[in-house]
Amino acid sequence: MLKERDKIFKNLYGFDDWKLEGAKKRGIWSNTKELIKMGSEKIVDEIKNSQLRGRGGAGFPAGLKWSFMPKDSGKDHYLVVNADESEPGTCKDREIMRNDPHLLLEGCLVAAFAMHAHTCYIYIRGEYYSESSNLQKAIDEAYANNLIGKNACGSGWDFDIYLHRGAGAYICGEETALLESLEGKKGQPRLKPPFPAGSGLYGCPTTVTNVETIAVSPTILRRGSKWFANLGSANNTGTKIFSISGHVNNPCNVEEEMGIPLKDLIENHAGGVIGGWENLLAVIPGGASVPLLPKSICDTVKMDFDSLKEVQSGLGTAAVIVMNKSTDIVEAIARLSHFYKHESCGQCTPCREGTGWMYRMMEKMIHGNVKHKDIDKILDVTKQIEGHTICALGDAAAWPIQGLFRHFRPEIEKRIEERNRRVA
Amino acid sequence: MHHPGTNNKVYKKINDDFEWSSENFKKISEIIKKYPSNRIQSAVIPLLDLAQRQNKGWLSKNSMEKVAETLSMSYIRVLEVATFYSMFNLEPIGKNFVQICRTTPCWLRGSDKLSKVAQEVCETNIGETSDDKIFTVVEVECLGACCNAPMVQINDDYYEDLDEESFKKILQDLKDNKSIKVGSQIGRKSSQPERKFDA
Repeated sequence: MLKERDKIFKNLYGFDDWKLEGAKKRGIWSNTKELIKMGSEKIVDEIKNSQLRGRGGAGFPAGLKWSFMPKDSGKDHYLVVNADESEPGTCKDREIMRNDPHLLLEGCLVAAFAMHAHTCYIYIRGEYYSESSNLQKAIDEAYANNLIGKNACGSGWDFDIYLHRGAGAYICGEETALLESLEGKKGQPRLKPPFPAGSGLYGCPTTVTNVETIAVSPTILRRGSKWFANLGSANNTGTKIFSISGHVNNPCNVEEEMGIPLKDLIENHAGGVIGGWENLLAVIPGGASVPLLPKSICDTVKMDFDSLKEVQSGLGTAAVIVMNKSTDIVEAIARLSHFYKHESCGQCTPCREGTGWMYRMMEKMIHGNVKHKDIDKILDVTKQIEGHTICALGDAAAWPIQGLFRHFRPEIEKRIEERNRRVA
Repeated sequence: MHHPGTNNKVYKKINDDFEWSSENFKKISEIIKKYPSNRIQSAVIPLLDLAQRQNKGWLSKNSMEKVAETLSMSYIRVLEVATFYSMFNLEPIGKNFVQICRTTPCWLRGSDKLSKVAQEVCETNIGETSDDKIFTVVEVECLGACCNAPMVQINDDYYEDLDEESFKKILQDLKDNKSIKVGSQIGRKSSQPERKFDA
């Protein structure tokens, strides 16, 4: 179990004061000037050495991403924080923003300095109304105390943070769709290249990063990359907030070491599966987009990027959705298909048409109202969507269905036969 | 499934004039300052949000034209944004906009029961507004509070850790114009594990 002193998010549940005074007591903003004095190259190196991987889902090495920003492009540079948290199962950034907003703001300053940006936009999903008002109050406090603004923290670096509320579109969590939305357009992803680091917001060098990635960076710089890299295992370092939802006795967010066994996570922190571990049917380990895992794999799998990839799933946002044996597993996935149908932006044909087709097919499968050959057909369609769209939403819509058939194909075949008998 | 925010038609029946209130006019100049001076189109989502708040929760044609005029955009660009994002309602809604999360994490914890309760208490179908215009009930996709499932959003606020009883009471209290408690309905702080917190 992660030791209390190794926790980065000391006020995850909001028992303590989230405002500036409380934040200072927790050590936030204590020596930010010294952190900045390290210089941008040293900061990026430290983040690289810590092997921090992005917490937004893709797990791209954070230090490497920061280093893509050009040194002197002659244009304004932007840091954009992706707080459009909408992946089903995920609710970690929400807790950071409402219970420890200064942790995020300090991270913004340090990260923006490292990538030569004077301006930061935090794009928060529109539904998070109370979260955005907490965050705005924290920004106002930081300005009033000269922690950001002109000569932020006395470091000589001018830095502005602006909060921008979205309006309810999952797709705006995709980085280029987010930039489109921030420019006042429909949130439809852009073709890459050019990548945002070359031409992002308003055509200027931009880095888009998840809330949690930014929020952990000042602590890494303070305590050293070695400390962070010693937690977890190589290439899967540090701590991570896990959101555990679904059929567990105590659904919760919890910060734990990377690589904690899934079973320990559920039993020690979430009060166990409803009806006991033997009552477990399946787990979606990383938010709606990753394939589910049946109990046999859940018994032993570790929660980190590489271990989950080995079992043909992924860590994603580390949102663990637990389903016990009372679950209609086909409907659970059909509901996710509905989600993707609803959230497809409509730009690429395979995704726009495919998500709707897959949802209608999945709805029929709940009642076994299909033919046996339709199973291969839907799998074929998922393969035709996957990798054939501008952004990863097409992939994300395909994977849960592929995961379902990989592990639960006999269940659907049984339903087809049962229905055939009923009708005959 | 009907939802006033996923409607792609401009509502024609009511066409009241729309002018910014003086309070909102001040807010607009603050909002526009956030963006580079040649990029004020970025403010279209915040301004549509303001217009919707001023216009009782939905966007009329005139209000969208006002936003276009304010930001020197063409109307079609504003309409394009208003139809794309589900939080912009393109037809009138009731006083309480009840949005029930239906995605898998909430469904696993019983969100379909909440939908039934809402239809009974509010005396309306999913996607429709009650005759007394007090409730509009819709089902929406993940609202990002999965560790507090099942949950609903009513206007700006989240109501979490619900069951049929507590949700029924919330709706009844809204009907009776009583004040209601925002957030977790079982007295839980944020998304902590329910067991006693060992600090």
